[in-house]
Amino acid sequence: MNETCGFIFIIIGLAFDFFGCLGLVRFPDVYNRLHSSVKCVTLGTSSILFGLFLYRGFSPAGIKALLCILFLMLTAPVSAHVISRSAHRSGVKLWEKSACDKYAEDGKDK
Amino acid sequence: MRLRILLFVLAFFIWLLLTWSLDPQHIAAGFIIGLLVSFLTADIFDKPPQVFKNLKRYVWFLYYVMVFIWECIKANIDGAYRTVHPDLPINPGIVKVKTTLKSDAGLTFLANSLSLKPGTMTVDVDKEKGFLYIHWADVKTQDIDKATELITGKFERILKRIFA
Repeated sequence: MNETCGFIFIIIGLAFDFFGCLGLVRFPDVYNRLHSSVKCVTLGTSSILFGLFLYRGFSPAGIKALLCILFLMLTAPVSAHVISRSAHRSGVKLWEKSACDKYAEDGKDK
Repeated sequence: MRLRILLFVLAFFIWLLLTWSLDPQHIAAGFIIGLLVSFLTADIFDKPPQVFKNLKRYVWFLYYVMVFIWECIKANIDGAYRTVHPDLPINPGIVKVKTTLKSDAGLTFLANSLSLKPGTMTVDVDKEKGFLYIHWADVKTQDIDKATELITGKFERILKRIFA
């Protein structure tokens, strides 16, 4: 039973990781690509790790997988924030059809 | 000193989870490394440990985790939909929202969970003036107050009770 549930979680995670990577190719600029990579890849990888925990149970590998979910949830958004902030500060423009850019209007990217 | 003891207990606990065995060698190594880490890094944390005593905050934190996981799942379905749609239904832009949170931990949690919420990603935080710059994949309004209500409203009400 646990093995079946684990495999289902791993398959769902692989699907979301695939969508994340597809978004990385399809979206037009750095910021939109970060959107798809940070959201889909974080939950997709967490789902794979949770599937591993269900499959292996309370063994060293299973507990490490649970801890990895915690650290991934804490660090992935921080890295997305740092990449987008440094991209904006080093002059990477938004997509030309973007609605607004309050960050440049406030002169924060100097 | 109390902060150091708290840090040591936390580091030792995570070490035990990571090794997941009760072998005396592992426990001794974890004890020494925990002591080292807690005495070297305690200066980084400037928050007094008394704040952790309030039980109500833990209950609100559990509620926050549940809301956060639900938003995270919604964000993934939303992101997958935007990715596979042939016309790429996005209308991106960076908007500015207000925040009333003051503490470092509260702002970190708010910015991190906004990055995993559907369609928003934190670009920068202005701590002195209390502004967040958010990259929004689907800009519905450019007005500060309306955008604040739409983006941060739900999370900020919960986080205010945890990190007040």
